Amino acid sequence: MYKKYVFLILSLLLGLALRAQAQDDLLALAQAQDSLKADQVASTFKGTRLVNGHTVETEGKGELLFLISHRFGTLNSGSYNFFGLDQATIRLGLEYGLTDQLTVGIGRSSLEKTYDGFLKFRLLQQKAPGGGMPLSLTLFTSTAIRTLKGQTADTPDPFTSRLTYTHQLLMARRFNEKFSLQLAPTLVHRNLVATRAEENNVYALGAGGRYKLTKHTSFNAEYYYLLPGPTADNFRNTLSLGFDVETGGHVFQLIFTNAQGMIEKLFIPQTTGSWSNGDIYFGFNISRSFSLGGKKSWEKTP
Amino acid sequence: MMARRITRYSPVRHLQGLLLVLCLLCLAGRAQAQDRYSTKTGHIAFFSEAPLENIAAHNEQVVSLIDTRTGDIAFSVNMKGFQFRKSLMQHHFNENYVESDKYPKATFKGRITNFRAVNLTQDNSYNVQVTGVLMLHGVEKEITTQATLQVQGNKLLGKSTFSVSPQDFNIEIPLLVREHIAKRIDITVDMLYEPYKAK
Repeated sequence: MYKKYVFLILSLLLGLALRAQAQDDLLALAQAQDSLKADQVASTFKGTRLVNGHTVETEGKGELLFLISHRFGTLNSGSYNFFGLDQATIRLGLEYGLTDQLTVGIGRSSLEKTYDGFLKFRLLQQKAPGGGMPLSLTLFTSTAIRTLKGQTADTPDPFTSRLTYTHQLLMARRFNEKFSLQLAPTLVHRNLVATRAEENNVYALGAGGRYKLTKHTSFNAEYYYLLPGPTADNFRNTLSLGFDVETGGHVFQLIFTNAQGMIEKLFIPQTTGSWSNGDIYFGFNISRSFSLGGKKSWEKTP
Repeated sequence: MMARRITRYSPVRHLQGLLLVLCLLCLAGRAQAQDRYSTKTGHIAFFSEAPLENIAAHNEQVVSLIDTRTGDIAFSVNMKGFQFRKSLMQHHFNENYVESDKYPKATFKGRITNFRAVNLTQDNSYNVQVTGVLMLHGVEKEITTQATLQVQGNKLLGKSTFSVSPQDFNIEIPLLVREHIAKRIDITVDMLYEPYKAK
């Protein structure tokens, strides 16, 4: 009698197997319809700053980034100065994404009481292998205005002589999940320099990278090499090491560097600190991003 | 001495019957194209209320199919299609939470259990129950939820909301932000299906 049951159970199992099969077929069909485009390789770096310098990353359209950068004094200034923590320079900055490609920013550094404004334009975005675009390319140009008064009140100091321009070509490639590298050929043009021996045009080559330690932290390094010339003879190349911690929508960066300034004009052509002497400035960058514009329907509680 | 006792059950004896059942089931399993409805522009949004800031994103390129003979339903969701208001958040979502490079798609396969209640020739809104397996971040989980299916001429409008928790899908949340990210994520599904045309 049980034969019938066996037959029934076998049929039932077969039926179930076929039902699962039909569902799999339907899913396979759905996935076939779903064309996964040659995706852009996003997140070459965690933030818009590698350590001191800019990365290829730009703000998204309509996003406003508030950036607080801080550098204490040098570590070798002794316990009397609490190893540099008694002294601090700061830069406050705002960056806004006009489009996904174009970012405009302003800032003010306490060092030399400098105002700066910059434009960043993303020309190329790296694509996944087979997408035909192996790297990301961003143009960076900035103007800095020194407002610190001259030595004496009667020293002539016209407005134009306070200006410095920086132009950079930022080229970066994300090699894998963890490792990204960036090259940054740089020109800093100073309208006025103190002596004949100093150069108005300073050329430098920046190189840096990041290596992700965990999903939310990364180690960054950045080096600016001054091309041979009077500036390279009298000043030092800048070496900066950083540690990024990303917490949700924020990036927190801990920094060790031999440059005190936080904008290109200050940390590329006029770095005097030396790592071997312990002229190391400890500091951090904290960013908070805001999005402007009204809420869309999908952003509200269902 | 060679007495053969046939006591053991042998399926061979029922081979004909089995074949018949098999054929019938095969025929049943072969849905015709006109029995399918599909969309490539389905909308899925998720929302999570968190103390620091709410997390919201939506995806307007969800692919889904319904087989109206069996009530079977399938979804394929490209994870990189989720748009957040803040690009930084979007980066973090793809990079660190759902790991889109490793797990590019989320899928759902299941069925509408009471699909018989739906009359496709009658413009009306029907309450249905959907049950199946959601696969996200490489983890499969059984999901059962209420939904509405609205017949509008030759179109079907499906809507549903349900909740999941990141832990269910092995999505790691770092200690630093554990308090900032809600334990519950509300998902809203909104799909407009049209008769499927095989290319």
